[in-house]
Amino acid sequence: MSALIDVENLTLKFRTDEGLVTAVDNVSFSINKGEVMGLVGESGSGKSVTAKALMHLNARNAVYTPESKITLHTDDGPVDVLSLKRPADLKVVRGGAISMIFQEPMASFAPAMTVGKQMVEQLMLHSDMSKARAKDISVEMLDRVGISDASSRFNQYAFELSGGMRQRAMIAMALSTQPKLLIADEPTTALDVTIQAQVIDLMKDLVDEFHMGIIFITHDLGVVAQTADKVSVMYLGRLIEEGPVRPVIRDAKHPYTQGLLAALPKLDDLDAPLMPVPGDIPSPLERPSGCVFHTRCGKVVGEVCMAVRPEYVTTEPDHRVACHIYSEATS
Amino acid sequence: MSDNDVLISARGLSVGFRIGGGLFGKSILKAVDGVNIDIEKGSFYGIVGESGSGKTTLGRALLKAVPITEGEARYTDEDVDYDLTTLDGAELKDYRKRAQLIFQDPYAALSPRMTVRDIIAEPLEVMGLTRSREETDERVREIAAKCRLNLEHLRRFPHAFSGGQRQRISIARALVSGPNFIVADESVAALDVSIQADVLNLLKQIQKEMGLTFMFISHDLSVVAHTCDHVAVMYLGRLVETAPTREMFREPKHPYTRALFSAIPSLDPDDRGKAQKLEGEIPSPTNQPPGCKFHTRCPHAEYRCMQEEPKLEAAGNGHEVACHRWKELLEMVPA
Repeated sequence: MSALIDVENLTLKFRTDEGLVTAVDNVSFSINKGEVMGLVGESGSGKSVTAKALMHLNARNAVYTPESKITLHTDDGPVDVLSLKRPADLKVVRGGAISMIFQEPMASFAPAMTVGKQMVEQLMLHSDMSKARAKDISVEMLDRVGISDASSRFNQYAFELSGGMRQRAMIAMALSTQPKLLIADEPTTALDVTIQAQVIDLMKDLVDEFHMGIIFITHDLGVVAQTADKVSVMYLGRLIEEGPVRPVIRDAKHPYTQGLLAALPKLDDLDAPLMPVPGDIPSPLERPSGCVFHTRCGKVVGEVCMAVRPEYVTTEPDHRVACHIYSEATS
Repeated sequence: MSDNDVLISARGLSVGFRIGGGLFGKSILKAVDGVNIDIEKGSFYGIVGESGSGKTTLGRALLKAVPITEGEARYTDEDVDYDLTTLDGAELKDYRKRAQLIFQDPYAALSPRMTVRDIIAEPLEVMGLTRSREETDERVREIAAKCRLNLEHLRRFPHAFSGGQRQRISIARALVSGPNFIVADESVAALDVSIQADVLNLLKQIQKEMGLTFMFISHDLSVVAHTCDHVAVMYLGRLVETAPTREMFREPKHPYTRALFSAIPSLDPDDRGKAQKLEGEIPSPTNQPPGCKFHTRCPHAEYRCMQEEPKLEAAGNGHEVACHRWKELLEMVPA
């Protein structure tokens, strides 16, 4: 498999009235063609900010450290994403090679423009095709994502569609430019379970058909287990565990990942008590020293957790974890 | 179950909204249609369904936040017996004290311009339940402690709190008037899983300590499974299946309930593609299908289902189901 995007040492801070606030802290990962990565974490973990960095889409007060590097591999060679400045150059990561779908499709469609007009507009922005051709492709894409009577839906407004249908239209729009990488930010969270199941199925079919990479951002580990090839878990801007989906879900190493799994209500054991991860995620203004999770961790091994930032330890092929429990065992 | 044990009961309860308006606009949207329900004192009663199933409207009708258009509903406690369809005046005021709502979104439910103390105290002041500021403060502190809020938090504003803490503030506000019937509408849906477990545990603990009766509205079956004693499944304004929780999860009988179970994403990566998928979406309540409301999406629908609407019938072990074919289906496709 060939690499699609490489993220190296990504560190991102926001300039605020209270000073520099760290949102992403030295995160590295890469995604191959046809690979689905589940990006998991609570609100405030930095998962959406990380995804937006790939499209160089963060607000103006974002500051990237000089070591941060994001390389997108396109047919025309590698692109250094963070060095892109001009709107014309940025088109490749904003709807060209990378597309994004959002949690709330109602907020992502312009309300006063038909769905079709928006699809045609973005297609024409990214290529020099004719309007008629753009319309054909859009209708075909709407049909492909399972919207019945696509040519009449093309002329409707977003508010005329149901929630599930809007999310399908969003997916159709994101895929019509044939991106290499699709970033899906909580795409099923606002949907009912039966519709969620349909959308998950659709996305799996589309990966097979178009062979693109997907970053699936979600807080739902069940959704990850059903869609992802590999999983990255973030906490307070740190990537604390990463690996293929089976070992991470079945044999999670980091106490935080274990905590997330234990907090899920399970259907096969109704008597099992619900185990919350104790405490609340700290404010990014008060980042804990050492391991960022030590303030909530039930498995602190000693002073080292408060004082020293844990390095990654590879516990099995491609499965790495940043936790002192394992660094001690291996040293 | 004797009648004395029931706190809230409804028979044929319907809520209709007039839509369209205008000279000929006599169209009525029935959000809740002929629901029978008995909520026992001290129970945690779950209502499950997709958006548009009428579960929120049912909860609000029982709180008298929307008018009941047909049928009966009663609130029966030791000292009072209220007919919820006609309740007004002093009795309605008294009912407001006894029945409260916890909202879904703790970010939208709390005024950003009031301190936590004022947010929690407001119901006491509006209902005139305390006589002095000291008494109010005393009551606020007591309830805040029960909801595991720090007393120093009371002076702060909501923006300083995380989602889980805000939901604990909402719970304290709902409990401060001393109600015994609480409708919790998707009260953990907006929270992260780690926090969700904490809030669910708190609700259970408070329910036991204070002897409350909960109606817990949720779209998340696994959350309902872990908190509720009894579950009712709604579809397009109707109850399609009710049962004690364990019985419901042991053997769901209605094809819709089964599809809901099947759609929950499994934590086992090797279960992929095993779910039985439901086609289509819930129909618009303004344009309801004839016969069984579920027949347009049901994989087992036959001619009778399109003609005749099934009634809820007893199906053993406290189970009730509204499906023409539930017996056959149990043999054909065991749960």
